[in-house]
Amino acid sequence: MLEITINNKKLTVESGITILQAAKTAEIEIPTLCHLEGKTPLGACRVCLVEVEGTANLLASCATPVRNGMNIETNSQKVRHARKTVVELLLSEHKGNCQFCDRSDDCELRELAHKVGIRGERFVVNEEAPALDESTAALIRDSGKCIKCRRCITICNEVQQVGALFPQYRGYETEISPAFARELETVACVQCGQCAAVCPVGAIIEKDHIAGVWAALENPDKHVVVQTAPAIRAALGECFDYEPGTLVTGKMVTALRLLGFDGVFDTNFAADLTIIEEGTELLTRLKKALVDKEDVALPQFSSCSPGWINFTEYYYPDFLPNLSTCKSPQQMFGAVAKTYYAERMGIDPADIIVVSAMPCTAKKFEAERAEMNDSGYQDVDYVLTTRELGRMIQEAGIDFVNLEDDAMDSPLGLSSGAADIFANTGGVMEAALRTVWEIVTGSELPMENLHVKPIMGLEGVKEVAATITGAVPEWSFLEGVEVKLAVAHGLGNAKKLLEKIKAGEAEYHFVEIMTCPGGCIGGGGQPRFTTDAIRMARIGAIYKEDEGKELRKSHLNPEITKIYEDFLKKPLGEKSHHLLHTEYKQKELVM
Amino acid sequence: MSNIATDLRYEVSHPSPTVTSIIPIIDDIVQSFYNTEGALIPVLQSVQNLRGYLPEEALKYISLKLNIPFSEVTGVVTFYSYFSTVPRGEYIVRVCLGTACYVRGGKEVLSAFRDYLGINVGETTQDKLYSLEIGRCFGACGLAPVVMINDDVHQRVKPSKIKELLKSYQGESNE
Repeated sequence: MLEITINNKKLTVESGITILQAAKTAEIEIPTLCHLEGKTPLGACRVCLVEVEGTANLLASCATPVRNGMNIETNSQKVRHARKTVVELLLSEHKGNCQFCDRSDDCELRELAHKVGIRGERFVVNEEAPALDESTAALIRDSGKCIKCRRCITICNEVQQVGALFPQYRGYETEISPAFARELETVACVQCGQCAAVCPVGAIIEKDHIAGVWAALENPDKHVVVQTAPAIRAALGECFDYEPGTLVTGKMVTALRLLGFDGVFDTNFAADLTIIEEGTELLTRLKKALVDKEDVALPQFSSCSPGWINFTEYYYPDFLPNLSTCKSPQQMFGAVAKTYYAERMGIDPADIIVVSAMPCTAKKFEAERAEMNDSGYQDVDYVLTTRELGRMIQEAGIDFVNLEDDAMDSPLGLSSGAADIFANTGGVMEAALRTVWEIVTGSELPMENLHVKPIMGLEGVKEVAATITGAVPEWSFLEGVEVKLAVAHGLGNAKKLLEKIKAGEAEYHFVEIMTCPGGCIGGGGQPRFTTDAIRMARIGAIYKEDEGKELRKSHLNPEITKIYEDFLKKPLGEKSHHLLHTEYKQKELVM
Repeated sequence: MSNIATDLRYEVSHPSPTVTSIIPIIDDIVQSFYNTEGALIPVLQSVQNLRGYLPEEALKYISLKLNIPFSEVTGVVTFYSYFSTVPRGEYIVRVCLGTACYVRGGKEVLSAFRDYLGINVGETTQDKLYSLEIGRCFGACGLAPVVMINDDVHQRVKPSKIKELLKSYQGESNE
């Protein structure tokens, strides 16, 4: 432990931490625009400068470790002047267009400029802003707004290990961008949007689908339905200043009705459907491997996360046969809405518009994939991020906080708690286990003991194994088999796990992978800013939603039983195969 | 800002037919750095020596071979003025714009070369004889302003003398 002084306050802190971290323990706020919790410090933005006694220059507190006896001033006149100049210089390169910016409500630079007392433009640079990069389905890059803080590089290279973005060129000409400052579609970007989630300004944002959704809602000839992903009910409240981890499911439903949707449904319904299809697929693969001794790809990988699908297509094409053939819940919902639901309601599917509200940017890309037209139409028409939905609710002048709770519509609105936990890392695996276990053993899992503790929480790679006992005759080949499972979230962790499997260092039967740290609750489309504490708060809310339900197992959802009886007939059957399953192909890593 | 930096945005879109032939050599180069930390820059240097520049396909190939994202590879290539992504002339004229050379007239020397050769930084004359580039300190600050033509260092270069300087090379090449 070290003794230091910050702003005349004596502190005892751990050695090895930075001045920024030490200040945080004493609730002394040092502003920063480039720092990301737990990641390699960059010292790129120079906003966190502090004065250290005995040192001639101001030091970047994010990159300076504490020393015993250090006397630190975070707010001296010298620091205030320097910090103000740093922010003024950042502003001089920032073609902000603030009145019209997507981030005008939560821009960290604008907020900081105000806080440090900037009330005019000291350094004027008259340059035209570079053209927008709108090349991908999910994201828009506006290099003119970029302040080169490099958070996006940290997240893309260090956390996701995709490396789509890197500083190009040098000095004043530096551009944070794909290779040769070209468009995003020219590199192997998975469109997870984590860059957009950490950007302090409006330099990377999601592609706006709000206008399209309004137009659909205003068109009297269209029957517009909405599906809501499980992760958004634990985060949408943050758009209306609720504490992170506040569940707003009921208010969200009411708000969606007020927006004018003709049907308010749940992606959870499709998540339950996914469990039936994906669970059956897993059991089929295991039977092929263990009984028929067929050469079948194991482990089976979950396929719900479109960034992860992109990642496999680009970086691990050898593992494509291991991907579950199940479409994601979003896409299953779209396909079912424009067939089963259309039939049931007697509506021409050409007149149905399916809107998704997702915590995700890659879902925008997924909806536009060529594979996703099995209903005969584009299965999902528009994808709103949680942030966009929040904005639509604000645009409509809805007083969200004072809304009454309401429940989702039938038939695509009923879901189990197993579907809720699709929102967080470990959840798809747990949901699958609840169903597969009961199918294989024929015995009921006790409600108070449904959580699979080893795969809960934010550990990057998690494993669990279980030996099957008491298998029913149909699945007797699984009796005594130790089923090995693994869960990874964040593509860097996924990579670690895949390399281990590739090297033969680990063997699993089923692996769940979610693109974003924490799973969908930490998605690229969630309200900013997501930290680990906020991830845990949202996960807590999701588990609460699950635990509060009577129905907590996908195969017990009566609407799921009904859709199989009336329409799909059986899991992995002909209709399921056509509507709910697909195949993915290798993509060129460099284009 | 000056045009110099803008000119550095080399146009790299035209594909080169020569890359296939150097792939086995690139393989050897990469192999010799296999699993070495920090291999990228030495690999790029060696590959650039093959053709005098780094064709884009070669960069993509290096990216795949070294398992380094393409954006990172081009980030390094575009950072260092030493690397070029376009074919260059027989003589590479590198005008130092390091601090010492800059204050002692490097910028004027550069602009004299630019006018005389009729090319911008990063470009090559039509006869493929000269390429113009800028350097960031050759470590000869006492001799500022310094110009390097291929491996020769020329000291205290005056804008008025560059015609003569270049002529000596032209003569050499005509022989």
